[in-house]
Amino acid sequence: MALPLVLPFDLVVIGAGPAGGAAALAASEAGLRVVLIDESAAPGGQVYRAMPAGLSHSDGALGPDERAGQALREAIAASSVTWKGGARVWSISGRYRIDTASTAGCESFEAPRLVAATGAHERIVPFPGWTLPGVIGLAGATILMKSQGMVPGRRTLVAGCGPLLAAVAAKIIAGGGEVAAIVDLSSRADWLKALPGLASRPALLKQGINWFLAIGMARVPVLFRHTIVRAEGENAVASVTASPVDGNGRLSGGPERTFEVDSLAVGHGLVPGAEIPRLLRSKLAFSAASGGWIPVRDTFGRCSVEGLYAAGDGAEIAGALPAAITGRLAGLAAARDSGALDSARFEILSEVTLAAFRKTLAFSGAARDLMRPRPAMIEDIAPDTVVCRCEDIRRSEIEAAIAAGASEVNQLKHFSRCGMGPCQGRMCGDTVAGLVALHAGSREAAGYWTGRPPLRPVPLSMLLGEFDYSDIPVPEPAPL
Amino acid sequence: MTAQRMAGIGRGAPVSIVVDGSPVEAFGGESLAAALLAANIVQLRKSPREGGVRGAFCFMGVCQECAIIVDGTVQQACLVPVHDGMTVTLRGSV
Repeated sequence: MALPLVLPFDLVVIGAGPAGGAAALAASEAGLRVVLIDESAAPGGQVYRAMPAGLSHSDGALGPDERAGQALREAIAASSVTWKGGARVWSISGRYRIDTASTAGCESFEAPRLVAATGAHERIVPFPGWTLPGVIGLAGATILMKSQGMVPGRRTLVAGCGPLLAAVAAKIIAGGGEVAAIVDLSSRADWLKALPGLASRPALLKQGINWFLAIGMARVPVLFRHTIVRAEGENAVASVTASPVDGNGRLSGGPERTFEVDSLAVGHGLVPGAEIPRLLRSKLAFSAASGGWIPVRDTFGRCSVEGLYAAGDGAEIAGALPAAITGRLAGLAAARDSGALDSARFEILSEVTLAAFRKTLAFSGAARDLMRPRPAMIEDIAPDTVVCRCEDIRRSEIEAAIAAGASEVNQLKHFSRCGMGPCQGRMCGDTVAGLVALHAGSREAAGYWTGRPPLRPVPLSMLLGEFDYSDIPVPEPAPL
Repeated sequence: MTAQRMAGIGRGAPVSIVVDGSPVEAFGGESLAAALLAANIVQLRKSPREGGVRGAFCFMGVCQECAIIVDGTVQQACLVPVHDGMTVTLRGSV
């Protein structure tokens, strides 16, 4: 039984989306020995996700995201970055030892510096019926279409907020599916207000206009300032009902409309996946506009814990292009801090990168505003709606725990099991903290779930490998 | 909810997987979650506490709703590519 080898590097980068990819490339160009780790088989993250081996566009036609992803994958392959795909980071200890598990076995890495670039996950505010099969995340719908070449259903309703709504609806239409309706929390006025910001990146604005044209051509009903009030069906979603809301997401009592569907794609914005800074007890701050709890960091992504850097949507929701820039800044800072870059060179490189970053602010601000959390949606969750999917905890049980004295989210977890399931509170965390904040007075007072290993669930068998009971070293008993 | 395979996408060789004893056809490269959806297999498991039916939800490895038994171990269907002869057990309430 060989002990697992710990491989030494100058920098470990976790997450190979645009942020992690750029961080790894910048640091390795500066001379650091870098290992880049990701759960997926190929770099790209969610936004630039590669089609798996076996799938391809028959005509070789690639969209802008696919081209960007291909460029990132080629750059990483051509660099001196060590690529560890298909590996799940489950533990980070010391400063820093990173333990990974994969079907190929366990591997551990050690480096004095660590870039956390783990991206975001979707916020989906619960409504009756959201646990039914056939209800999927908006981002999940894009993954199905982009990486699997599949339209989610025969007839899909697309709901939530932000530019992803139009992207998903247009892709469904282009892929030969039917869109029953678009149910958008934003008003026409919200979109008009976002327009100047969105226009700061003409290529993306043009893409957006094309999406809306396709939606218009297909005569898809668009319900502005509406939300989903319920999804119904026996064993899978069969119908979805929408109703008008105000700018805060509160139901205004207007007429309901019901659509027969076999699929509902819904998403209410993005939550930064800041679990690594959380696990390492790095300082966090709450920012509703940035998506929730985000690591406190300097311009270059340096966190309060020495040697830790955060970049991309996992540090603050901004989108793919800013993520690549904050990733590069973090990679440069790691190289500077380890002495591989002198201060003059660092100044020059980071100045150019910061200038590029400032140019992205108008667009990401506009997109973020469309995706902003609507507080009344949390307040209006019905008592019997399931909030924690893993443990089937309803709002009434959460309220009961709060009434029994749970004053912040960790106590609530102990009282109710809410957030203790296999998703580790990722799906319900933002909602639950919002519910606790209604009583605690603020999200700061409601707090956040203490980060604990494993960072992601891993089967015990994967960690044990060939290790057997008989391999446990048992010392000789002491003589009597 | 039946996922529809888009035209214009080249797919891997046909593979046959076994889901709760019945054969299901898919293509190499597809994720198990997508292949099941395309075969109109939407209900993947039951929630442990209330026994509510659940299906794949986030498709990015976060929500764990598609954690089912694949070749004898619990795996997330959205992260696992299908292979010929794969054996899948849709997990009931546990």
